[in-house]
Amino acid sequence: MLVGRNITFRVGSKELISDISASFAPGGLHLLVGPNGAGKSTLVKVLARLLRPQTGVVEYEGVDVSHASEAELAKRRAVLSQAIEIAFPLTVREVVMMGRYPHFSGRPGPTDEQIVDEVMEHFDVTEFKDRYYQSLSGGERQRVNFARVLAQLWRHDSVDSCRYLFLDEPLTFLDIRHQIGFMKQIRTFTDMDVVTVGVVHDLNLAARFADQILMLDGGRVVANGPPSEVLTTELIGKVFGVEPTMVQTADSGLHLIFN
Amino acid sequence: MTAQRRQLLLIALVAVTLLVLVASIRYGAIDFSIAEISRALASLLPGRPEPTLDQRIFLELRFPRAILCLLVGASLGVGGTLMQALFRNPIVEPGLVGTSSGAAFGSALFFVLGGVFHIGASLWSLPIAACAGGIISTYLVFLLARSREDGRASIVMLLLTGLAVNALFMSAIGFLSYIARDPQARSITFWSLGTLSGANWKAVEIVALTTILGSIVALRYAKQLNALMIGEEEATYLGVNVNRLKWIILSVNVVIVAVATAFTGVISFVGLVVPHILRMLGGADNRFLIVGSALTGATLLTLADLIARLSVRPAELPIGIVTSAVGVPVFIFLLRRRQYVF
Repeated sequence: MLVGRNITFRVGSKELISDISASFAPGGLHLLVGPNGAGKSTLVKVLARLLRPQTGVVEYEGVDVSHASEAELAKRRAVLSQAIEIAFPLTVREVVMMGRYPHFSGRPGPTDEQIVDEVMEHFDVTEFKDRYYQSLSGGERQRVNFARVLAQLWRHDSVDSCRYLFLDEPLTFLDIRHQIGFMKQIRTFTDMDVVTVGVVHDLNLAARFADQILMLDGGRVVANGPPSEVLTTELIGKVFGVEPTMVQTADSGLHLIFN
Repeated sequence: MTAQRRQLLLIALVAVTLLVLVASIRYGAIDFSIAEISRALASLLPGRPEPTLDQRIFLELRFPRAILCLLVGASLGVGGTLMQALFRNPIVEPGLVGTSSGAAFGSALFFVLGGVFHIGASLWSLPIAACAGGIISTYLVFLLARSREDGRASIVMLLLTGLAVNALFMSAIGFLSYIARDPQARSITFWSLGTLSGANWKAVEIVALTTILGSIVALRYAKQLNALMIGEEEATYLGVNVNRLKWIILSVNVVIVAVATAFTGVISFVGLVVPHILRMLGGADNRFLIVGSALTGATLLTLADLIARLSVRPAELPIGIVTSAVGVPVFIFLLRRRQYVF
């Protein structure tokens, strides 16, 4: 269970998020939506403890994370970000192995090697494991990063505490096929009792995959609940300034059409 | 890039380093044969007769110089690797961000003022003065290169500020040599160009200590430096305390580079070129790069020193002239390739 209580984060005198409280259950896919500047990315970074809020607390399993060490936190919390650039020649396998860094000191053990091979297989990147990351396309790179993040959170005997996955707009710059593919993977992974909180720009993707949607505007929570309650014509119109037409389809549920 | 291939590479590098070391102790203003070298070394054993003049030249000049050269080369190589890892950019080196010129200024100031105030009897005062100079200049570059908005230093700003601060400290060294009395002045001029002619066993001891300790500390943080390659935020997510890492690596770098500079003056471009060669050979894993750049730096600087000693024999060139002559074209080539994000 991930809980944020009364979180306020300021840069200078500007409040990026104001007094936000929310809780996120394991096995749930929680997506943050809202217009640019609503504070989505800031909230994800505060929950992942990259940023420290001026007031409020973030609790993992009921424990305030403000005093946890980076090394300890990294064993159960991972973040998938957008388009990572690397200026040096690193192979795909080396990048995926970084996901195991929090779990070994010195050299990787046999378990780490095995997990890396498994996740690379899972994400279909084994065939270019010895290629340089720099030489890959955007979609391939993101597959590698996803494999790295999963390697970090891979279930393994020594870690049985709750795992937290944060998505910081990982689908930006990806084509629609990759977007849907990734959301399916994230869905499957979340179902393994992972707390997943993320920012996704496409409201239709959010409608289709999320269990809970947190709608933000101006650093505050406007609505919080299942997609059918939050993604309404009125709320979207109010927050985004464009009103969609809602279409209910038989197979994949709610669809939003913007005119 | 398999671990096996990297191991083979490192073994090959050790062999090349030893080979170059042998060449370096054999050839110079006078050449020594292997037999003469072994006799000179044997004269150190207890119960042997006093070494002859030739043997003393070898033991007190040639040999410490060769060892110091290895150590300074290793320091500069490791320093370059650390700087490039820290800035996540393959175009920086200690000489370019002011560390070397600040250290040289600290040493020069110590020589001039130390004479005036009669301080500096202790063995460590010169390296400490160099470190102080290196810290001040490096800090100055960072302070001035930092953007007002987000507090980060862009590479362009860093290089340009480094250029300015280098020029400042170099002219300060020039000023010191202008006001200094004659024998000091000569050693100060040599500093701004770099030379190993002042090598002795005391210098070897001190530089050995900082180079070896610094490299061991750096090696401990190799994994964290690897994580830094994918970004500061990402490294944090992988459990790295990025601020702490930056301070440690920057301190190690300033100390090893400043102490080396204290005894040899400014030697540029070794730190830039060495990590590049290694990345082409064996990829970007910092564990490999740190060990490899110590060996490759040692080898390259020894070759440069051989050129400096042999090209105008029996006189010699300042070694900084040789490294710049080779390093500048490489630097420009790297800039022109423009595959890096600035």
